[in-house]
Amino acid sequence: MSGRQLRVERQTRASRVGVPAAIIILAIAVSLPLWGSSNLMKTGVTFLTLVALAQMWNLLAGYAGLLSVGQQAFVGIGAYGVWALAEKGGVHPFVAVPIAGLIAAAFALPTAGLTFRLRGGYFAVGTWVVAEVFRLLVINIAWLGGGSGGSITSVGRIARDTREAAVYWLALGVAVGAVVLVYLILRSKGGLALASIRDDQTAAAGLGVNTVRSKLWVYVLSAFGCGTTGAVIYLNLLTVQPEGAFSLNWSALMIFTVVIGGVGTIEGPILGALIFFGLQQVLSDYGSWYLVLIGTIAATSAVFAKQGLWGILNRRWTLELFPVRRRVDLDSDADPPATEPDAQPTDRPKGSASAPSEDG
Amino acid sequence: MAWLNDVIQGILLGGLYALFAAGLSLIFGVMRLVNLAHGDLSLLAAYAALLIVGPLDINPFLSIFLVVLLVAVFGYILQRGFLNFALEDDPMPTILATFGLSIVIQNLLLEVFSANSKGLDAGTIETQALKITDQISIGWFPLITLVTSVVVLFALQLYLNRTRMGRAFRATSDNQEAAQLMGIDNRHLYGLAMAIALGIVAIAGVFLGIRTTFNPSVGPARLIFAYEAVIIGGLGSVWGTLVGGMLLGVAQTIGAHLDPGWGVLAGHLLFLAVLVLRPRGLFAKQVQA
Repeated sequence: MSGRQLRVERQTRASRVGVPAAIIILAIAVSLPLWGSSNLMKTGVTFLTLVALAQMWNLLAGYAGLLSVGQQAFVGIGAYGVWALAEKGGVHPFVAVPIAGLIAAAFALPTAGLTFRLRGGYFAVGTWVVAEVFRLLVINIAWLGGGSGGSITSVGRIARDTREAAVYWLALGVAVGAVVLVYLILRSKGGLALASIRDDQTAAAGLGVNTVRSKLWVYVLSAFGCGTTGAVIYLNLLTVQPEGAFSLNWSALMIFTVVIGGVGTIEGPILGALIFFGLQQVLSDYGSWYLVLIGTIAATSAVFAKQGLWGILNRRWTLELFPVRRRVDLDSDADPPATEPDAQPTDRPKGSASAPSEDG
Repeated sequence: MAWLNDVIQGILLGGLYALFAAGLSLIFGVMRLVNLAHGDLSLLAAYAALLIVGPLDINPFLSIFLVVLLVAVFGYILQRGFLNFALEDDPMPTILATFGLSIVIQNLLLEVFSANSKGLDAGTIETQALKITDQISIGWFPLITLVTSVVVLFALQLYLNRTRMGRAFRATSDNQEAAQLMGIDNRHLYGLAMAIALGIVAIAGVFLGIRTTFNPSVGPARLIFAYEAVIIGGLGSVWGTLVGGMLLGVAQTIGAHLDPGWGVLAGHLLFLAVLVLRPRGLFAKQVQA
């Protein structure tokens, strides 16, 4: 008799199309070393590590509200971690990659202990100061190569084809791993806590969310991701230097990518990475003008288009490729969609209401 | 005696840091904005002075008046035309906008002026010093810097405490909405605050250019030193910022004395120590709920 049935679902039409598409893209990406050139692989590493770093910054800022300008600390620690493990410790360079990530995560704990005392913009500069401290410490420690750094020679002993393919796959691993990690976190109970912190920290705390613990977890995970990615980046570059490894430009890279793509979504950083990377390639003959252009776009969109490009697209067409929200669908044959005012257009894609339900 | 000299040089250096920090502190107080481009904007002033000094053939000290005016006008336009739209309870838009601005200015300066170091030549005053003992001498230029800093901070304090506009600043700082209800035009006020803040930091930028050589990449370090001076001294305290800058300067000169590579690092470590022991800073204004 009842014309209405409530259906709770996560899938969107886009995600149903998106999953097979993602599998095809992934298959092409995985097989790239079999058919692609050495240059293409190197370019691939640059792009994929950008995706990974952007996801990590987005996890921090977009979900936990931690606006860090100091993630270069963990990129640098990852880079130096892989270098020290491979050159000084005799660990196989590829095995050293995740260990370097763990080292970065370990350094994130005391860093959080200091910087979590600060709020908002002061937190941002505080993380930056800590990154500077790490850079200056590395410069002053002769064992780490001092100001001139060092080369990762052990990886050079591996045959070039094998090495390039392996580094590429590692980069693909960190990029996919970062996306999957963020997706799984957001779909978990902890992710729900994070979303509530993002929306209203005081209310979240009032409902029993341990905001400090949630933020600490995110901070440490993000450091792990940045450290692992930094290790992969420097296996590609083969030399580490404190100025480069702890450069503020890493933060610029992640922040601009996320802001242009869309803060607080999984798709945004991927889209942002495509735009950033595209502009970087197109303007590669014009020195650092690409940073001037991208910086201008990012600063403008941070003020006038806070949801980024993905937000704009998503508002127009419901496109969630990685649906993390649960939506209530009114399965209403008796109720044509037109009688229901479009209260939440983003939560309710047109047409899905009359789609045949299999589990209803 | 060498140590005493370090302390004196550090205190003099602190005068410059306080000059960098005053504007940062002012705009945070008035509109809760942390300007990540603060250091790069001071560098912009140094380059502006470089452009003015050459063709006009004047002493860099004289160029300060024109540079301050230019940068202050730029600050007003920047605030009213852009940053005012970013101000909201969530600090994210202003942080991202000023961070973007910082990177844009750095790379613009890099493309226009190249990465080569430049300097402003103020003549013999740069090297002349007041000799007190064999080991202690006070450079005229660092002394002028410190005196300028004190005068500027004093003037700022007077302006905030004694003028109608200063009262509006303090009112807005205490309660933005109530101030607005009393007829204060926030948009104009914020523009004015940014103009004053950047005007002060422009002085600091020109002094920096006279003191040492500079290149487009040194802006962020200026922001960090200014920020450390503010946090060490305590938020909202003008004279606390001066003392914070001096402590930072002393830590840096003593650190550099121990090992040339430790100067800046020692300053950072002092900042972190203050963060651990007195997170509100040494002279924080009583925080009201």
